[in-house]
Amino acid sequence: MDKDILIEYLPLYKDALVLTLKIGWQGIFLAFVIGLIGSAISHFKVPVLKSIVGVYIELFRNTPLLVQLFFIYFALPKVGIQITAETCGVLGLGFLGGAYMIETFRSGVEAIPVIQTESALSLGMNDFQTLWHVILPQAISISVPGLLANVIFLLKETSVFSTISLMDLMFTAKDLIGMYAKTIECLFLLVVFYLIMLLPISIIGAVVERRMRYGQFGD
Amino acid sequence: MSELLKVTHLHKEFGTNVVLKDINLSVKKGEVVVIIGPSGCGKSTFLRCLNGLEDIQGGVITVDGLPVEAGKRDITKLRQKIGMVFQSYELFPHMTVLENIILAPTKVQRRQKDDAVREALELLDKVGLVDKKDYYPRQLSGGQKQRVAIVRALLMHPEVILFDEVTAALDPEMVHEVLETMIALAKSGSTMLIVTHEMAFAKAVADRIIFIDKGDIVEETEDVKGFFAEPETDRAKKFLKTFAYE
Amino acid sequence: MASLGIDVLFKGTNFIRLLQGLWVSVEISLISVALSIVLGLLIGVLMTVDNKPLKAILKIYLETVRIMPQMVLLFIVYFGTTRVFGWDMSAESSAIFVFTFWGTAEMGDLVRGSIKSIPKIQFESAFALGMDKIQTYFYIILPQTIRRLIPLSINLITRMIKTTSLVMMIGIVEVLKVGQQIIEANRKTSPNAAFGVFAVVFLLYFVVCWPISRLATYLEKRWA
Repeated sequence: MDKDILIEYLPLYKDALVLTLKIGWQGIFLAFVIGLIGSAISHFKVPVLKSIVGVYIELFRNTPLLVQLFFIYFALPKVGIQITAETCGVLGLGFLGGAYMIETFRSGVEAIPVIQTESALSLGMNDFQTLWHVILPQAISISVPGLLANVIFLLKETSVFSTISLMDLMFTAKDLIGMYAKTIECLFLLVVFYLIMLLPISIIGAVVERRMRYGQFGD
Repeated sequence: MSELLKVTHLHKEFGTNVVLKDINLSVKKGEVVVIIGPSGCGKSTFLRCLNGLEDIQGGVITVDGLPVEAGKRDITKLRQKIGMVFQSYELFPHMTVLENIILAPTKVQRRQKDDAVREALELLDKVGLVDKKDYYPRQLSGGQKQRVAIVRALLMHPEVILFDEVTAALDPEMVHEVLETMIALAKSGSTMLIVTHEMAFAKAVADRIIFIDKGDIVEETEDVKGFFAEPETDRAKKFLKTFAYE
Repeated sequence: MASLGIDVLFKGTNFIRLLQGLWVSVEISLISVALSIVLGLLIGVLMTVDNKPLKAILKIYLETVRIMPQMVLLFIVYFGTTRVFGWDMSAESSAIFVFTFWGTAEMGDLVRGSIKSIPKIQFESAFALGMDKIQTYFYIILPQTIRRLIPLSINLITRMIKTTSLVMMIGIVEVLKVGQQIIEANRKTSPNAAFGVFAVVFLLYFVVCWPISRLATYLEKRWA
């Protein structure tokens, strides 16, 4: 491996990482918001909206992000919806992630036994007080490992952004290999930068999951 | 004494499965009523109906003259008059003992926090758990959790408390501490409806025994000692025999 | 509908070509899933064996696969091996290799999870009956594990199919690539073909994956 090449390419990869993170976090934030709204809709069984949420989940969980991106980026302009590649990345990631986040929040709420609700009701609390003081705090902490897993999954999925010409890590690696054929160096940097991006979150995820499983409240 | 809880012609079914048929009962203030009967006889469902956790298909339940109806808007007001303690304690795992106890008094009854805390500590002291006030439920034994659950129900100052097999999930050595707490409560004049399988306890605490089988009140008597010595009906005899070894 | 470019699909053999492209993805997934299930069963059982070095190696393997995007793995295998070892691995073999490498780890973890979810007392009661380890696994543990595993491995199939969309990046002509070719060829006569073609590709993926995930959900509920 050529050290000079590594040093020469480093800034390019750094820029790519920044772009990936920027789009990644915006997309994940969108996914989070969609997840909260969607799970609230399905929890309270809002008519009509509930069915739309159901169809949305099935559509986006059963198609690849790459195909979703192609549709948003190449097909929508044909019906007059023009968006930039960056916005397309954020939207694609947000919609895909939203479908997963809804399920995560929902299973968090469903994991709380019904009798906890009954116990709150028997103390005279109303539905909202029960949700706010008893169900939500438990549901959110149950959802944390799932949410972190979604974050990792979505950051990994950003690797397809290169297909819509976003200069992310994958794009940079592919481009450099194509131009200068320094394959080993390029692949090495690619792996290193994905590790920089994903390893910390992955470790946090593992710690949180262990705490959830063994610790819970009061340790 | 005045009539606190009144049940007339209560009918409850799950689909086609009739669980309770034509139950009539009235409980006076300060009375301790123990409900016994074989598993699946409907006695737990009966308690859940009294607290509006189950909808009913017929009859009327009133507490202090006000009707209990599941799903009605003012059901929360009624539930404040009716405390309930569950077999599986159902403390809220994300709150400490003290937080569990003062949650409903401060949020539902809007009592001053200081006032609620002071009373909570008094009651915790009575059940010997004041040193555990900052513990989380999972750090407590089953018996301790159940005593906290009882204190939690008491702090709402309910007119009547329902106990649904509160010792059934406990290890044998912890049953006693919970029953002691309940006996002390009975002596202090609380109105209680207790579903239990602890016959010795039932005998000790009850003012009245109600024996339910297959959704019916089969036998009802204030002669508690007499019931356990020689029940009138064959079904009650058969049931009591299952607790004896010869 | 002409303005939305759906018409392009009915020209000549275009739709058939798209389906053929889809089959390329499905074929790669099915081969990879089949290999992953067999290897995953083995790896999964190994993951439950009490041997520190073995456990560490398998843990590293699993975490590597979990943390690296499949696309990176594809690039390493497709471009890297040629460079380092001088192997001339075809794109298809690279894809099958990478997806099997990934699938085996995922499957192995599912198998490990299912075995671990079997109460310890089941092992103990089998031992108490005088069975040895192999007999215990074969007669007692695996039959219980497989029930839990089937829905989970069916889910793996849909994940695999969705992931195979990446293989266009290493030059395999699958459904998305065919779609691009069709759009390119009809640029003049049907400028809006992109909408029709990509909408159809989107739906094709859905039509393949949706029934499979429904089946998995159904089995999960039924056998839970």
